[in-house]
Amino acid sequence: MTADRQTSIDRDEIARFSALAPQWWDEDGPFRPLHRLNPARLSYVRDRLAAHFSRDPKQPRPFAGLRLLDIGCGGGLMCEPLTRLGFTVTGIDADEAALGVARDHAEGQGLAIDYRAQNAEDLAAENIRFDAVLALEVVEHAADPTLFIAQAAALVKSGGALIASTLNRTPAAFLVAILGAEYVMRWLPRGTHEYGKFRRPSELARDLRSAGLSLGDISGLGYDPWRDRWRIQPGLRVNYLTFATKPGAQ
Amino acid sequence: MAKQKAEQRVDLAVVGGGLSGLTLGIACASAGLSVAVVDREDPAATMAAPYDGRTTAVAYGSQQVLAGIGVWKFLEPEAEPIREIRVADGESPLFLHYDHRDLGTAPLGFIVENRLLRRGLHQRARALSGLDLRAPCRVESTEFSNGSAVLRLSDGQTLRAALVAGCDGRHSPLREAAGIKTFGTNYRQTALVCTVRHELPHDGVAVEHFRSSGPFAILPMTGNRSSIVWTERPDDAKRLLALNNAAFTRELARRFGDHLGELTLDGDRWSYPLSLLIAKRYTAPRLALVGDAAHVIHPIAGQGWNLGVRDIAALAELVVDASRLGLDIGGGEVLRRYERWRRFDIMTLVAVTDGLNRLFANDAPPIRLIRDLGLAAVHRAPRLKRFLMRHAMGTVGDSPRLVRGETL
Repeated sequence: MTADRQTSIDRDEIARFSALAPQWWDEDGPFRPLHRLNPARLSYVRDRLAAHFSRDPKQPRPFAGLRLLDIGCGGGLMCEPLTRLGFTVTGIDADEAALGVARDHAEGQGLAIDYRAQNAEDLAAENIRFDAVLALEVVEHAADPTLFIAQAAALVKSGGALIASTLNRTPAAFLVAILGAEYVMRWLPRGTHEYGKFRRPSELARDLRSAGLSLGDISGLGYDPWRDRWRIQPGLRVNYLTFATKPGAQ
Repeated sequence: MAKQKAEQRVDLAVVGGGLSGLTLGIACASAGLSVAVVDREDPAATMAAPYDGRTTAVAYGSQQVLAGIGVWKFLEPEAEPIREIRVADGESPLFLHYDHRDLGTAPLGFIVENRLLRRGLHQRARALSGLDLRAPCRVESTEFSNGSAVLRLSDGQTLRAALVAGCDGRHSPLREAAGIKTFGTNYRQTALVCTVRHELPHDGVAVEHFRSSGPFAILPMTGNRSSIVWTERPDDAKRLLALNNAAFTRELARRFGDHLGELTLDGDRWSYPLSLLIAKRYTAPRLALVGDAAHVIHPIAGQGWNLGVRDIAALAELVVDASRLGLDIGGGEVLRRYERWRRFDIMTLVAVTDGLNRLFANDAPPIRLIRDLGLAAVHRAPRLKRFLMRHAMGTVGDSPRLVRGETL
């Protein structure tokens, strides 16, 4: 591994995703699992943030006036929908190729999104803060997950929220994410995940607390084979999301 | 380069502003989406009496949809509740009898005249700021690209939409252009449609006689009126249509019976050849087929329009839910789920209506015996009967929210 000191980014991981960049928006391509996961992830993000910021999610552009950061935004699969929901969105990723795809796609959709090839500590140094910060399916790719969460938390305004998701370090997660998704179903390229980097909910909760956040919710993501879709569920054994807030007035 | 008019961006472009297209447009616009509905006909002409003499059987589930999208309040005074359905095999004494009291207090459905259904839809559509009805207007060309669909209209305007709904009828030009094949059959039956006035009230009873030439249905309308859907072989239908009113009424009365007293013909007679036509797929990139563009079935169970309403309720739910997540409403996920969600319901109803027609349009004695035993057996099996009634009401299976009486 060639992780730099003082940074949470793992360069091998970036190279692995870069090779796939042109296919980010192909719903049946290598990022198909993320496309399938997206409605469930978006509903969690929307519902938690609507409740937290007292917005009505049935209105058009319910989050107008709020700034959101998506860390590890890749091709912009979360940034675009969240922009349509009214957020002013910044997406950061260390993968330049993915950002190029993200910029082109957003332009085609007529969406203004600020994509930057920066990392969380660069933004922190620029003194930019956000009402909401997302770190979805990136914790397990970080070289130092505790440091990564601390850097993400630093970007949240007081009264703001951080939503993180990752894979649990359980035999079930190993079966589903690595054996199932990478080897059996071939949903993901082999080598996408490394079991040792998966985080238990207790470990992620500890990282969030030591970053000064208070944990509001942990929910699982589960696959419903009958309806062929993902949904939010209580069980945390494979994939889970956390919602945490920073104390203070909004 | 020629100077172009500015293009109008909408979430959904509905091609075809008939019963299906308007209902879909209203459902989506009511939930906050921007919708354009393009129809080639002049709305005033489609609401005049000579345009369409048919009535629509609004099943309970469809009535829930119309209520949920704010249309029912315009139709309620014009809708006659169906309280009982009597099904008879020709002249056989064996009856299958559906009574709404078997399931609770709600009527089994309603009969509404098509022109009044259109009028109600237009009344609701006018009240929606998010719905842009362009009629009479033609779609000159449609281009589908990765990110959106572009429609050039005969009024010079260009529409850019995330999703196009093909509500353009059984000959759907959009379906053809997308290269979607169909399968089906010609039933070699013609439906004669007319309205009769009768001396005595019908008490909300709908009657369906299965005759060897096809079904003969008496559907209760407001006042002492009933709508007749009378199926004959094409040659016989031609002969009947050629008769003068008095002779036609005599032929009609012979089949209708005398239980409602003297009959008089009210208005014109119409005839429609019956066929089965099913699209092999209901979607293509950025295109969803709805209603007759996706399926035309035999009217034997009065379910054609109701099946289309369930298409609409399903598509509107998927589109509105995607839109509220900020997702691309014309993306692969919405279309894949629409296709998957509708296939079972559509194919079930195709099998049921096609099977019923083949079973009853048959005079061989063993088949008569089997179906009479079948009708009697259904009558005596309350659970099966309730299931069939719910199916006729359109509330079986994994129903969309609007069909269940919920809002979008």
